[in-house]
Amino acid sequence: MLNAVPLPAVLTLAAALFCIGLFGALSRRNLIGVLMGVELMLNAVNVNLVAFWRYFEPRYITGQTFAIFIIAVAAAEAAVGLAMVIAVYRHYATVNADEVDQLRG
Amino acid sequence: MEVVVQMVFGLIALFILVAAAMVVSVRNVIHSALWLIACFFGVGALYLLLEAEFLAVVQVLVYVGAVSVLILFAIMLTRQISGEGVRQLTSRWPVVLVVTVLLFATVMTPTLINQQWNVPPAPPLGTPEPIAGPAELGRGFVNEFLIQFQVVGVLLTVALIGAIVIAFEERARRRKVLTLAEELELKRLRERTTQTETPEPVEAEPVARETRPASEG
Repeated sequence: MLNAVPLPAVLTLAAALFCIGLFGALSRRNLIGVLMGVELMLNAVNVNLVAFWRYFEPRYITGQTFAIFIIAVAAAEAAVGLAMVIAVYRHYATVNADEVDQLRG
Repeated sequence: MEVVVQMVFGLIALFILVAAAMVVSVRNVIHSALWLIACFFGVGALYLLLEAEFLAVVQVLVYVGAVSVLILFAIMLTRQISGEGVRQLTSRWPVVLVVTVLLFATVMTPTLINQQWNVPPAPPLGTPEPIAGPAELGRGFVNEFLIQFQVVGVLLTVALIGAIVIAFEERARRRKVLTLAEELELKRLRERTTQTETPEPVEAEPVARETRPASEG
């Protein structure tokens, strides 16, 4: 892997995944689509971390540990976020992010 | 050997990117969630290729197993959005596309052109490379990363309780357990005067449900 695929290739893949996720998070109309974009971005960050761990410090566990903590935080974020989507849907009867604008001045 | 690895990496990368693009562009939200699961699988395969086996297993367990099920359930609970006829992107999506492409270019230009990475050379083929595996990870979690490990446990518990508190309605407010669709029908009935759209035809059943709890209370 190290000899065959250079590190910038993996970094490019992660950056592309992050940008696709950012596009989804910013342009989807419905809140669940936004959350799916955020999940894609978190995955891209994890790919980056694992790539750096593998290419630079494969004998230490720090990179993998960081990625595991990010996965745990992402799971918590997904649970709370989807619960909020359900609460918003119950209150506003919509999941369109543009229609939930009660705090708009 | 190297060509095989390169081909596998290329296939995985193509799979991940196509799946991610489908996630953000497909109209049906359920199809979008299924493409998201495919994308998670692709990232797990990439972890395997990068020789992070434990992370690959965690990825499949947490993302493919738990997060995707959560997302599918949320989609099913908020039903009316998953139709194909609904427009799924906001009207400002071309601007967002330009911004993300610019961000990609800004990030990748220095990375690819003038960054010297100084990657330590891989050991010659045949000699095993020391790679931290699950055993070292487990030892790290009970030694140097013990506090962080506990904090993440507390965070997960708090998130669990918080999700329940946010998503559940108090029992006192709803005297009869209604599904979300029935609650929506009730809400539409009540707000029919203020609603600008033409209200959908309402069946007789929710009306009866609405009057009965009111008389009980």
